[in-house]
Amino acid sequence: MSTIETQAPGLQTTVQDLGRNGFGPIGVSPSGAADPISLRLGNQLVANDENAAGLEMMLLGGTFVFPEGAILALTGSDFGAMLDDLRLEIGTSVEVRPGQALRLGPTSSGARCYLCVHGGIAVQPFLGSASTHILSGLGGLEGRALQKGDVLRIGSTTEPFRKRAIAPQAAEHLSRREVLRVTLGPQAGWFSESSLRSFYARTYRVGEQSNRMGLRLEGAAVTQRGARELITEGVSLGAIQVPAGGSPIILFVDQQTTGGYPKIANVISADLHRLGQLRPRDEIRFELVTFDAARSLLTKQETLLASRELILE
Amino acid sequence: MRTLTINDAQFQPASDQSLLLYFGQQITIGAHQRVRQLLRLLEQEPIAGVRNLNPAYCSILISFNALRLNHGTLQEILGSYLDRLDAMQIPEGRELQIPVCYGPEFAPDLNEVASLHGMTPDRVIELHASVTYVVYFLGFLPGFAYLGELPEALATPRLDSPRRSTPPGSVGIAGNQTGVYPFAAPGGWRLIGRTPIAMFRPDREAMSFLSIGDRVRFTPISAARFATMENA
Repeated sequence: MSTIETQAPGLQTTVQDLGRNGFGPIGVSPSGAADPISLRLGNQLVANDENAAGLEMMLLGGTFVFPEGAILALTGSDFGAMLDDLRLEIGTSVEVRPGQALRLGPTSSGARCYLCVHGGIAVQPFLGSASTHILSGLGGLEGRALQKGDVLRIGSTTEPFRKRAIAPQAAEHLSRREVLRVTLGPQAGWFSESSLRSFYARTYRVGEQSNRMGLRLEGAAVTQRGARELITEGVSLGAIQVPAGGSPIILFVDQQTTGGYPKIANVISADLHRLGQLRPRDEIRFELVTFDAARSLLTKQETLLASRELILE
Repeated sequence: MRTLTINDAQFQPASDQSLLLYFGQQITIGAHQRVRQLLRLLEQEPIAGVRNLNPAYCSILISFNALRLNHGTLQEILGSYLDRLDAMQIPEGRELQIPVCYGPEFAPDLNEVASLHGMTPDRVIELHASVTYVVYFLGFLPGFAYLGELPEALATPRLDSPRRSTPPGSVGIAGNQTGVYPFAAPGGWRLIGRTPIAMFRPDREAMSFLSIGDRVRFTPISAARFATMENA
């Protein structure tokens, strides 16, 4: 069985697949890749099932050695990867010879880079998924981010190497956008007219305290009209909740499953992957769309992801 | 965006891939029973395209694959589930005990809670351990049970600024609820004790120590007993 040796772990490198769904009744959140589209594309490049587990790196990548060699691809943001002495581009598959080292550095674009290997990262699944939930210490490799010296096993490989690359039109679709599209949150009506107006007009900054549980936003405070208390209820991925202080928080992949703050809006499904590429201090704005528009944007995105022209061979 | 009512349930889109279903807007045992009935029916007869269910006090958040379902279609299907809810039997909750050490080393907020209510710390402990709580639902974190209701005299607001980390097993109170932190997590509940029992056990068939509908009492134990149980 092939392996990956962690020589340097990077800032926060975790094993992630597309997450575990269906465990809300016991309080377990889905987790999974913060930018699931990049993970899916990476898996396509190395002939894996879309849900195969890869490594998610955040802001600063690690150094990995492949003693038995591997077929791999990097997707998402460019972390300036070097395979031994050669620059390794984002979005193409490559065959790594036994003993070669892959070195990643700091990001030069968004927040996350994915390392996908043919065969996938093999860990003991928890509730049907390889994804790591750091706060509870569940899933992934011992429920934590990688450490120096960790050895990961690669799943069984079935296909010979083929050079593949992501088509430019897909890359363009996935390029960074500072405007996130949202639909009305279940308590949108709880907020004052002026707060709603400024929420959609103003720019917010992603706070330093942001993580996979939530993105904390800095900017114009959002105020409720009246002091209504919400009875704790289920919260959806991408919900924008507003605590008493008025600074919005976007609930993200490792989110709490229920919460007691009112939600002003919710990031649409087709833009959730963009949240995974936001870095602290990035500036964003919100644009309100209808549920129908959100659904057709998702359909369009999935059509692109399923298209044969997406991956060039 | 309108709220739609079918039978005794109200629907509210939460996102383009989720729908909130409310049984009123109050924490009552009646609403809790409806939540349990619908949850059980949805678990026994899953709706194709539904991905996840998040029950709470008087609501269930239903997440779905937006490529297969939309709010309108899902509401229609749920309408037929709601028609059958009255006949839905739910099992009697189990009666469980949670041992708690209320000693000062485990209860950083006990004195403040006592002084907020003008009572002694011993009285706080006595009150907290005096009633049987219902597990309204599990949420927030894996295995975190929302237990209600606290004796009225103990109802306490959350901390002004939440702790960065709360030790696992910590027993907290907030408003008229109480609960046990299964993991070290940030939290704003006031901590009045700690249990040596693991609230979430990923190696067990039933991972969560508590289930929705269980009835729970807290039993005071000494620090020595806590240490013995923790190392058992």
